[in-house]
Formats: sequence, structure tokens, C-alpha cells
Amino acid sequence: MLKYAIRRIGQLLVVLAILSLLLFIWLRSLPGGIESSICADRCTAEKRADIRRTLGLDEPVIVQYFKFIGRVFQGNFGISAKVIPGTPALEVFTQRFPATIELAIGAMLFALSLGIPLGYMAAKRKGGVFDNVGVIGTLVGIAVPVFFLAYLLKLVFAVKLGWLPPSGRQDPTLDATRVTGFFVLDGLITREWDAAWDAFKHLILPSIALGTIPLAVIFRITRSSVLDVLDEDYVRTAEAKGLTAQVIRQRHVLRNAMLPVVTVTGLQVGGLLAGAVLTETIFAYPGLGAALAQSFREKDYPVLQVVILAAAATYVLVNLIVDLSYAVIDPRIRTAGSKR
Amino acid sequence: MIGTARKNRIDSLAEKSAKNDSGGVSLLDDAWRRLRVSPVFWVGFVIIVLFLLLALLANLLATQDPAAQLLRGQVSVAKNQLAPAQPGFPWGSDFLGRDLYSRMVLGSRQTLLVGVAATMLGLIGGMILGLLAGAFGGWVDTLVMRVVDVMLSIPSLLLAISIAVLFSRPNQLTVIIAVSVVQVPVFARLLRGQLLAQRNSDHVLAATALGVKRGPIVFRHMLPNSMSPIIVQATIVVATSIIDAAALSFLGLGSQDASAPEWGQMLGEAQSKIEYQPHLAFLPAFAIIIVALGFTLLGESMREALDPKNRR
Repeated sequence: MLKYAIRRIGQLLVVLAILSLLLFIWLRSLPGGIESSICADRCTAEKRADIRRTLGLDEPVIVQYFKFIGRVFQGNFGISAKVIPGTPALEVFTQRFPATIELAIGAMLFALSLGIPLGYMAAKRKGGVFDNVGVIGTLVGIAVPVFFLAYLLKLVFAVKLGWLPPSGRQDPTLDATRVTGFFVLDGLITREWDAAWDAFKHLILPSIALGTIPLAVIFRITRSSVLDVLDEDYVRTAEAKGLTAQVIRQRHVLRNAMLPVVTVTGLQVGGLLAGAVLTETIFAYPGLGAALAQSFREKDYPVLQVVILAAAATYVLVNLIVDLSYAVIDPRIRTAGSKR
Repeated sequence: MIGTARKNRIDSLAEKSAKNDSGGVSLLDDAWRRLRVSPVFWVGFVIIVLFLLLALLANLLATQDPAAQLLRGQVSVAKNQLAPAQPGFPWGSDFLGRDLYSRMVLGSRQTLLVGVAATMLGLIGGMILGLLAGAFGGWVDTLVMRVVDVMLSIPSLLLAISIAVLFSRPNQLTVIIAVSVVQVPVFARLLRGQLLAQRNSDHVLAATALGVKRGPIVFRHMLPNSMSPIIVQATIVVATSIIDAAALSFLGLGSQDASAPEWGQMLGEAQSKIEYQPHLAFLPAFAIIIVALGFTLLGESMREALDPKNRR
């Protein structure tokens, strides 16, 4: 198990190293170059050269790369020009990160709490009306663009019906105490129930918009994986032994059927980060996704690089955790890994 | 030495044995038999045929120049008013006074172009990488798969956005490139997996034993046998490409060309006024959803039909 974990972490480091190189090349290929994010179109050629010198852009590329890596390890990503002007890019990231995590947790809770039970029910009633409606529903769910769904939800439930807030993370007039940066958690810790409830209401619509595709994917994988397991000999044996339906479901069917669901859930987390770009923009939700969209539009390159690097690192890390938890759930993978 | 005729005969035998593993019916025949009675397949098929017809005949069906702001005078952006439907303008205008109907009809072309071209580019790139990795193995495989891992380590839409921003002036081609690059690692992995799975199968061993060179084995035996999952994946990728392209348009990274309207672009433009004129957003949105659904249904039904687990 330990060897397997070390090997996987080694692979992760290789991927991150290549990624940092690609990110470096990418940043230098952006239209207008780095200096344009600082002085836009107002600069004279002299001023430009001056900026290039102070930023070290006139040095050899290899030197620049290692200096870049050095800065990355110091957590120095430059100063944000547009998203939160004048703030270090890393601070923009740490401010926005909890918001996106909170949203991602909301979306995943929505997807898992509906996807797994519905997928199981569909598999049990394979070919029935419920199953067919479910399968068609997931196909439609995947075909709907996230940003359109977000607008639709906002239009119906926030603008027309007025049930839920249309934008933001919390009503600013509440003046809630900040502890962790996770607003719902903050409200619960400080016992400011109204603040927690308000933050929760702000999460509902974005979570549904963001969680719909994971919901469809998790529903499908649960359904097909339960179908596979239901055919297995050990399930028939369990039935023949006269075990109750509940025991068979929990100990034999769901436990085995959950393996692919774990993998797919991990993969969906990466999709969430991308989907957050669209969802957060529409709900004016101040998270990483909105920061990313804004820094793309307004060429705030320091913020761009820290967010992209962090998004990729998170994604790779989540996949590592998924693989490791897989090894914990499924002993076969553990042995296969330690043999090497 | 084996004579050429005999070699060819054994070659073709190897091919057949790879396909025939149950009752003399090839996997493809069997799949088609199941596909023929699948309502999911036919729904998807009809949607796509209609969509293709619309795109082909778009020039004949459109009544106005899609870029001309003919009804500019009847539109009031401040009051959120559009020009109403009138002769020659069956669905009225958009906020720039352009004919909505003609833009919708002609939009099908660009949407089809983006979806198909991005898929083809991604497919070609992915197949080259997958072939290199799967056919050579060893350090080539390791190197290619590391590159693929890195590409997969960035969430797909984020990767597409990162590539799209590299171009200072976004247009249809930059959208196609950005969306297609995202698909390269997917196809590469799929093809490599297919090739690896066949490396020790009987028909490849037979061909190797006969002294057939690696090139012909890969291209004549392994590749054709790997194509069905690739085709299925490609069908589904057309749908995701169309949706991804729409997302890029929404973020302002899509084509800005007014004379070549595209549904994603129209949807992006209509978002800000969705409360007042929802149909401007709903029409392109539903068009995208239906077309994406069509390709997904087709792909999923083919996947289901080709799945050996479903064979009787």
C-alpha cells in the first residue's frame, strides 16, 4: 500500500513538473505578452522595454523558467491587476478558494445524494418506465449547456418566483462574522443561524446548475455498475442463502457497485472546477471560477497562472486520492500495486 | 517461405477469427441487428439527418442576410423591444435588428462545422498519439502517455479556454482548435487501450508468427479491430464539442463574425436580456440541446449495441 502510494505520488510530481513547464510556455505565448497586462495599450516602446527589464523578461528563457519555479515555491505569483487590484495573486486565490470549495461540495452533495439512489432504483427496475425516464433524463441533462441551465434556474427561481437569491454568496447587510471563509460553516460555528441559512440559500441554485452533469454521470455509472453486480454469482448465492434484501443490497450489491462510482466522482471534481467558471460568472458568485473568467477577459495574468496551476494541482491530487481510496476499498488493486 | 496467396488467406482468416467469436455472426452484424430495433438509435438518427438537411439547405431556407441590420429602426434596446414578426421576418429580429429566423437557419452550418471539424481534428491527433503509444510500446508509450496524462490533468473546458486565449483574435478556427485539442488525449487513451488489448490476441500472434511486419499488423489487423469504440466515442464527442464551443462563445472567446452566425454565439449574445426576451436565448439553446442530444443518442445506442456483454 505504501509503495503504491509513493509510486503514485512520484507520478504526480512528474505531471506537475511538466505542467509547470507548459504553463510557463503558455504564459509567454499569451497575446501581447506579460507586459501588456500591466500597461495595456498606453505604453510606449521604451516603457515596454523598461517593464520587460524589471520583470526579467530579457533574460534567457531557461533562466526565466527557473526563476519562475523559484517564485512559485515562494508563493509569489505577482500582483493582481484587475480581479482585486493591488492584492497579491496568491491572496486572491486564498480568498476565493473556500467559496469554490463550498460550491463544489454543494454540487457534489446534490449529485451524489440523488444520483446513487436513483441509479440503484433504475437498475432494480431495468427496462421499466422509471428506468427509461431516468436514462433519457441523463442524456438530456448532459446535452444541456451548463451556462444555459444556470440562466434558466436563475430566471425561474430567483427572478420570476423570487424564492432564492439570484447572485452572490451572502446578503452583505447581514454583517456576518468570518472565521474560515466557508460561509455556511462560519455561520454554524458562530451560531449566527441567519447567516448560515442565508449562505446556504445562495448556494442552492449554483449547486444545482453545477451538479447536474455530475448527477447524470453518477446516475448512469451507478445504474450500469449495479446491473453488472446484480448478475454476479455471489449475489445469487446470497439470495439462495435466504439473506434479507437489505443485507444483500448493502453488503453485496452496493459495496461492490460503488467502486466505479468512486472513480467517476473523482473525475467529475475536475469538471466541477471548469463548470464553476460558467456557473460562478452567471450567479456573480465570488469564487475561483468567476476570478478565472474575469482574468481571462481582462488579461490579469498573475491571477490566471495561480488559478490554473492550482486547478490542475487540485485535479491531479483528487485523482490521486481517488486511486488511493480505490486501493483501500478494493484489496486486489493494493496487491497488484505492491508486487512491483 | 510461405506463398503470398497462402499468406493472404491466413491473413484474412486471422481477421475473421478476431471478429467471429460467437456462432459465426460478426460483432458488427450482430450490433446492427440490435441497433435496427433500438428506438434510441432511430431518434438520434432522425435528429441528425434533419440537422444535416437544415445545414445543407440553409442557404435556400434563409430569407435575409444574417448580418444585415434591416430592422434596426424597430428595435429599442433601452426598452427591451424587438421588431415583431412580419413578412420576410417570420420570427422577428434580434437586438441588432437582424432577422432571427435566417440567423437560426444559417447557424446550423457553423454549429455543424465546429462540431465535426473539432471532432475530426481531435480524432486525428488522438489516433496519431494512440498509434505511437500502442504500436511501439516501451519508452515511446511512456512518453506519449505522460503527455496525455498532463493534458488530462487540466479540466477539459479549462484547457479549451487556455488554448482559446492564446489567439489574440478569436474566430471560428481558433474555437475549433481549442475544442479539438481537449479531445486528443481521450482518443489517444482509447486507441492505445484497444491496441494493447489486442497485442496478445490470437490473430495478432498468428500474423506475427507468419512474419508479417509490424506496420501491416498494426494497420491491417489491429487498427480496423479497434475502430468501433473510436467511432462511438467520436459521435459523442461531436455533441460535447458543440457544447464546449457554445461555452467558449459565452465567455467571449468564440467567433465574433456576424456574417457567420453560430448558435453558441447567439446564445451568448442573448444571455444578458434573457429576462425580457427569453426566446432569443431559448431558440439557440434548444437547437444546441436537440442536436447534442441527437449525437449522444446515436453514440450511446451504438455503444450499447457493440458492447459484447449484450450479445446473446
